[in-house]
Amino acid sequence: MKRRTFTKLTAGLSLAASLFGTTAMAQDNMRIALVVKALGIGFFEAAAEGAEEAAKELGGVEIIYTGPTDTTAEGQIEVINSLIAQGVDAIAVSANDTDALVPTLKKAMQRGITVISWDSGVAEEGRQMHLNPSSNALIGNMIIKLAADHLPDGGDVAVLSATTTSTNQNIWIEEMTKVMGNYPGINVVGTVYGDDLADKSYREATGLMQSYPDLDAIIAPTSVGIVAAAQAVVDAGKVGQVNVTGLGLPSEMAGAIENGASQSFAIWNPIDLGYSAAMIAHALASGAATAEPGAEISIGRVGTITLDESTSAAMADPFVYDASNIEQFKSIF
Amino acid sequence: MSSTDRFIPDRLRSPFEQRLKSWETLLLAVAIAIFVANSFASPYFLNAWNLSDATFNFTEKAMIAFAMALLIISGEIDLSVASIIALASTAMGAAVQVGIGTPGLVLIGLGVGLICGAFNGVLVTRLGLPSIVVTIGTMSLFRGISSIVLGDQAYRGYPDSFSWFGQGYVWWVISFEFVLFAIIALIYAVLLHKTNFGRAVYAIGNNATGAMFSGIRVQRVKFILFLLTGLMSGVAAICLTARLGSTRPSIATGWELEIVTMVVLGGVSILGGSGTIVGVVIAAFVMGLVTFGLGLLNVPGIVMSIVIGALLIGVIALPRLWTMWRGR
Repeated sequence: MKRRTFTKLTAGLSLAASLFGTTAMAQDNMRIALVVKALGIGFFEAAAEGAEEAAKELGGVEIIYTGPTDTTAEGQIEVINSLIAQGVDAIAVSANDTDALVPTLKKAMQRGITVISWDSGVAEEGRQMHLNPSSNALIGNMIIKLAADHLPDGGDVAVLSATTTSTNQNIWIEEMTKVMGNYPGINVVGTVYGDDLADKSYREATGLMQSYPDLDAIIAPTSVGIVAAAQAVVDAGKVGQVNVTGLGLPSEMAGAIENGASQSFAIWNPIDLGYSAAMIAHALASGAATAEPGAEISIGRVGTITLDESTSAAMADPFVYDASNIEQFKSIF
Repeated sequence: MSSTDRFIPDRLRSPFEQRLKSWETLLLAVAIAIFVANSFASPYFLNAWNLSDATFNFTEKAMIAFAMALLIISGEIDLSVASIIALASTAMGAAVQVGIGTPGLVLIGLGVGLICGAFNGVLVTRLGLPSIVVTIGTMSLFRGISSIVLGDQAYRGYPDSFSWFGQGYVWWVISFEFVLFAIIALIYAVLLHKTNFGRAVYAIGNNATGAMFSGIRVQRVKFILFLLTGLMSGVAAICLTARLGSTRPSIATGWELEIVTMVVLGGVSILGGSGTIVGVVIAAFVMGLVTFGLGLLNVPGIVMSIVIGALLIGVIALPRLWTMWRGR
């Protein structure tokens, strides 16, 4: 008996509130949800900062920065479901799983929500476009440029890669080889593999300095290798003679920048990434741009991107970190 | 029902009064309070499709929670359920790669669940090991196998007919998963409350030795309960895999504790011997409504865990405090 009264009560309440609800749904601000792999990660906090910056620049945009507690696809689906329920205008997601999010994101698109992925992408059918932090060609060019910038008179450089079968590193080195003609005087004397293990990378870097006493720079396009190489240079007493560069994380490389083993290195800038994701989401949701192959979308201060056949795009050159900005970024990621 | 009462009553409470003061009524009141609060807190809450989406937050977990409730009432526990999901999902994923169709996938999912449940059951009932130790072991074991098979890869390419189990709708906003959840709830309610088997489960939980001397085949009942828990994990694995459309070894990470939370919140004594299926059903809704309602307000997940934890302690402590206050 008690229960029946409750049922009636809730039925009445829900009817009243749903009438109330439809009128309250009108929103002035465009709401863009920035969904990250998990909350509490410095890299993503920085991306959210960038998105807020974009919102300020655009005006009339509200950023909803959200994500699950741990990096699971199930958690992200729950978050996205609640965003769909809120009827946000756009969802920009860094996915925990390429495929698992597709059904949920498809549903979001069916309900008129703009969906893009950034950083870590989702399969093509689950998003309108994907924003890569950079491209293989840009990375390949950047790693040799970093070395060449500090060798105005040319010199000998060597590459310390991950494993012989690391797809990413192999593509980057290949792209680097393609543009070697633009850097006259720079010779790549050898490529060694540290297997992304700290101790093996260290030994390989030490070996390089012994085999090539005139070596001027070591390029390590791997975050494990670059730290190990910097340590090897310090231990060999060759700081100032051999410059370690490549791709690394500011938090791990701060020491090497301070002691001079590395002049500069590169990796994506999370602030720019969040900024660009918000800019693109806004452009697509407002109808200022459409996500189709060949489309050009302006991303404010970062520049312009062009979508390829798979409607994905590269944001920009990897961002260069050196003594001037390492302090700011070392606490972020 | 009220096994916590220590005083000898001078008169029996009327059935109506007993129902009014039961755990289930308290929980139902909490559920309604949450429902009403959510309706006022967010304009998006009361929408048929949104509520339908919200049910996916708990249906799969609740399916396992029913079997887990029986297991906990009998005085045992199974912490390997989430890992069984991972292993069953991996097995189905591997089967897809060799071209097995939807009926085969379902059989494999259920079969792996049963085998895992039987494995736990044999270790507990035949070797007499404590279930908490056994299932902490198999928790790592089952997911470990899944990790070795998959590494950092994922299985995908599930057939469209298979996706229906996780994404299909039976009628309007009523999803297949929700219907399955309701049917399973009904089956377990009948099994626990209306059959000899159900009475045996309570008897074992209250006094296993006494139950044995009353002619109940204690080890066999417990073995069946482990089988059922494994089977339900298999069912949940089918639904979750179909919903995600892919399998990774990290699938359903941390679900075992959410499921145990659901069972305990539903009024099942963690020491065994008491609890109802209705309670677990309401607890499932409470947890689903809380997470969905807070999600609509974009409350970070960490705060959500705090709220669930506080809710669990609060709802459990409230009746205890009430009895203490009354007993003065």
